[in-house]
Amino acid sequence: MRVRAAIVGSGNIGTDLVIKALRSEWIEPVWVVGVDPASDGLRRAAGMGLKTTAEGVDGLVPFVKADGIRIAFDATTAYAHAENARKLQAEGVLMIDLTPAAIGPFCVPPVNLKAHIGTREGNVNMVTCGGQATIPMVAAVSRVQAVEYAEIVATVASKSIGPGTRQNIDEFTRTTARGVEQIGGAARAKAIIVINPAEPPLMMRDTIHCLTAAEPDQEAITASIHEMVKEVQRYVPGYILKNGPVFDGRRVSVYMEVQGLGDYLPKYAGNLDIMTAAALRTAEMFAQEMTS
Amino acid sequence: MNLSGRSVTLHDMSLRDGMHPKRHQISLAQMVAVATALDEAGMPLVEVTHGDGLGGASINYGFPSCTDEEYLRAVVPRMKRAKVSALLLPGIGTVDHLRMAADCGVSTIRVATHSTEADVSQQHIGLSRKLGLDTVGFLMMAHMIPPEALVAQAKLMESYGANCVYCTDSAGHMLPDDVTARMGALRAALHPETQLGFHGHHNMSMGVANSLAAIACGADRIDASAAGLGAGAGNTPMEVLVAVLDRMGVAHGVDLYRIMDVAEDLVVPMMDTPVRIDRDALILGYAGVYSSFLLFAKRAAEKYGLSSRDILVELGRRKTVGGQEDMIEDLALDMARAKAAGG
Repeated sequence: MRVRAAIVGSGNIGTDLVIKALRSEWIEPVWVVGVDPASDGLRRAAGMGLKTTAEGVDGLVPFVKADGIRIAFDATTAYAHAENARKLQAEGVLMIDLTPAAIGPFCVPPVNLKAHIGTREGNVNMVTCGGQATIPMVAAVSRVQAVEYAEIVATVASKSIGPGTRQNIDEFTRTTARGVEQIGGAARAKAIIVINPAEPPLMMRDTIHCLTAAEPDQEAITASIHEMVKEVQRYVPGYILKNGPVFDGRRVSVYMEVQGLGDYLPKYAGNLDIMTAAALRTAEMFAQEMTS
Repeated sequence: MNLSGRSVTLHDMSLRDGMHPKRHQISLAQMVAVATALDEAGMPLVEVTHGDGLGGASINYGFPSCTDEEYLRAVVPRMKRAKVSALLLPGIGTVDHLRMAADCGVSTIRVATHSTEADVSQQHIGLSRKLGLDTVGFLMMAHMIPPEALVAQAKLMESYGANCVYCTDSAGHMLPDDVTARMGALRAALHPETQLGFHGHHNMSMGVANSLAAIACGADRIDASAAGLGAGAGNTPMEVLVAVLDRMGVAHGVDLYRIMDVAEDLVVPMMDTPVRIDRDALILGYAGVYSSFLLFAKRAAEKYGLSSRDILVELGRRKTVGGQEDMIEDLALDMARAKAAGG
């Protein structure tokens, strides 16, 4: 039996999540929560047979028990997430947080998802799009040998970056850097984001530089990176190692491109797709545990 | 062109944009010596930071000899009249860096975004203004969009609290008419009390001519660099601009002989290689490519057996923007593979 879930937020991310979740073997999307009755996302969700409310989380809470909702994805804003989480966790719902609120621990599926399973976590956070795209590569190096410093550069299409991220771009760089340290395993980290307005929009690109503490073990690192790419491809098939690893002294550089599935978001918005795909993957792993 | 009786504020770039050709390796002593000499020459504003602005220290852009904070703490207290500015690119630097620079005593924060992405500057411009600093919005690669689009972005920066907005020719691609079209449109659209600035690169030898076109449209500030030390073929050469402004009767407060001496005696001897319009710098201007890519393309070309000109042209074709230095090795690897395959 699939675990029943709610998607909070009826914007681009929430709508893409609904489409992905409808294909899931483990998750059954039941509710979509918005705040604007005229929103395209709510209309679409209703069209796909889901229950909707435009009353925010308060419109969902009375139905949580009756509809057996056990997981909620929050695709709203960091500001709204605290309240959403408080209300839904009180109903025993596991929160998967796609906002930068980061109340719960970071989760990057191929790196640390297994560590969260069974811990009865009530809230996990998906870091940032740049984090989801790059932390697996840093972890692929740091599981071979110590990484003194890691630096990631995420280049994204202007059209794929919404007003929330733009108004607080520092939150992106800080949260991503913290994720690269805590989950990627680098002693220190820096994150850079570059927004490119080219038309047609460019595919999300990510460069990952690691400085290893000792001479890099080229063979082991290369193998580890290829293995990790395959892990990520299980939920983001368009996660492509374009070039590298390049070894230059203690520098190890990897050049990635992330193409989305093009469900609701366009294919170039791999940055958004990797968030929704990682969130769904996370929910599926928890769902398997809940039903086992 | 009659500019007689006009006045402009000159802003020296040699210790910030000049960090690019120096691979960010200007020593603390050199920073202090050049800044002090600029101050003595009457330069009202001097920019000091990593070439890519506050927080630019990175594998991607290069690690500098000293931290931004070390440079600023060494230079700011030595200035008798000159004010010091710091550049900040949202996405690279954060408000934490901004607060640090303010604490070091900078008078001016310049928040730089790609010309179409002004809305990422809101929090930084807002904070700079709140801290009471002279706050500049800096729209890079302004040649890539038409004047009316640039105006819309400039208005955003103005609305966030910028008291001055720049049209920045990061690629040194603009011709004087391009400058006139943009600066004229900005002057007509922004509040009369909002100042305007122009930042040129000399890749097509247009630095001085473009600066004059900007002044003719009402520019209040002009960026230039002693001996032109800056990315690509450098910035508008300050000592040349000063001489031209003197002949045209534009007031600026900088002493011509002293600035000539700063350029000749202090800055030229610091250069690792001559900052000049070589074929790569020329192609930056011609193809409209971000000037800081120059040395990265030269290094990648050497490492992978390619032509740096080919790399730069391809970067232009792909509409890359400032900050995408990581694209250069990636692209060079693709080109080397295509070459090996006989493609």
